[in-house]
Amino acid sequence: MQMKQIKRWIQSYSLFIIFASLLLIVFEWLVRWKFIPSFIIPAPTSVMMMILENWRPLVFDHLNATMLEFIIGFLISVIGGVLLAVWMFFSKTVEKMLYPAVLISQMMPIIALSPIFVLWFGYTIWSKVAVTVLISFFPIVVGTYDGLKSGDKEYIELLRSMGATRWHTFIKLNIPMALPSFFSGLKLATVYALVGATIGEWLGASEGLGYYSRRMSGNLNAEGVFAAITILTIIGILLFAIMSAIEKKALHWKNTE
Amino acid sequence: MTLVLKNVSYTFTNKGNQSNKVISELSMQVNRGEFVSLIGKSGTGKSTILKLVTGLLTQDEGEISIDGKPISLGDVGYMPQRDLLLPWRSILDNIIISAEFRKDLQITREEARHWLNRVGLIEYENALPKQLSGGMRQRAAFLRALLTGKDLLLLDEPFGALDALTKREMQAWLLSIWQELNKTVLFITHDLEEACFLSDRIILLHPDKKVEKINVDLPRPRFPELLHSTELAGLRHELEKKIANETD
Repeated sequence: MQMKQIKRWIQSYSLFIIFASLLLIVFEWLVRWKFIPSFIIPAPTSVMMMILENWRPLVFDHLNATMLEFIIGFLISVIGGVLLAVWMFFSKTVEKMLYPAVLISQMMPIIALSPIFVLWFGYTIWSKVAVTVLISFFPIVVGTYDGLKSGDKEYIELLRSMGATRWHTFIKLNIPMALPSFFSGLKLATVYALVGATIGEWLGASEGLGYYSRRMSGNLNAEGVFAAITILTIIGILLFAIMSAIEKKALHWKNTE
Repeated sequence: MTLVLKNVSYTFTNKGNQSNKVISELSMQVNRGEFVSLIGKSGTGKSTILKLVTGLLTQDEGEISIDGKPISLGDVGYMPQRDLLLPWRSILDNIIISAEFRKDLQITREEARHWLNRVGLIEYENALPKQLSGGMRQRAAFLRALLTGKDLLLLDEPFGALDALTKREMQAWLLSIWQELNKTVLFITHDLEEACFLSDRIILLHPDKKVEKINVDLPRPRFPELLHSTELAGLRHELEKKIANETD
């Protein structure tokens, strides 16, 4: 990382880091001085200890299981979502038939649907994958479709005046123009997919960080619940950062000064 | 290369099914190597004529042909008012884009570099459009039209968005390139002085769909000093009067 980038990073995030650090210190102090009982909000140091003491099962068993559900669900959403968006872009009939269905899928309460997935797929990985797909499919489809539709008419006319076919304009114009919107959807879908996998585990699983936090909650072990939440949050931030880095690379022309 | 429009009519129908006859029985001709400007108030159909000639629109009646053959998409070099350079492509990749759509067109990168050098953009061959000034972008957009290899160039108010000084520079620059390459140009402008300075002929489109053809008998080659001449001022004044007397 260059000096300039480090400076920019510090400028962007220093205030947040100071705020978050202060918040953790305050919580630590409130719990240690018994202003808040530790079974309601545990001290941050206790959560860290819980993670350190149990890192092996937390990471190798539970995080592994959650990540597997996340990866499968996320890939299905991305591939399926992009294909559907492209299909809707090329066919008005498909758009009219399926776009409302995609929108309605987001109006349905996911928590209420999850037991149905358990009914259909049992306690296998696929009930969790189904929740993940249901929750992360929407931003991919809408982001990609809206991006494809954003192709400026004047650009299309210019390319057509040069003899470009519809396929040419799709490849040379619509796809590059859709990328910013696609990446916005992708970043949202990354976070949603992790939430989806966790919700799926909460409602029926035998492993995974969602299952672990529910089990700890049943035991009134707040440190355990927060340990799972902390790991999920860190993974969510990392995944978001990776997607942002890919976006930055793919859309370098937007950031060039 | 001769462009002929014969009794061309075009009616625009909007989404509310209301129709508006934009062009009615228009006949005109642009001869090889000529620089012809289309002028007229907004709504008289100037841009529509250009879109008909590019093949983007199809006339309801009449014929449009180049050297006797009906026009089709890809037959002309077209430069719209906005430069429309693709923001993710370098300047070099932007100006050779037409070769990606046509098998018959081969533009080497060396050839493109030669042209960039000619117009003073060689240092920017790898730059993105947003890194260039308005005038530079217009020059790149002009090269993109030029490198289509077509003899007929349609320029739709290409300098409309530029400041006065850059506009003057660009006009002189366009004239020098046109004189050298002997291309045929159909040019749209709202700037009467620009039309007089650049053109061999001016076609004035009236709101009542009538068309007036005016010869510009100013000597060539033309240099920016001509803009201060009494002959050009007289011609511009004459055009102004014609347009001012029009009723919509």
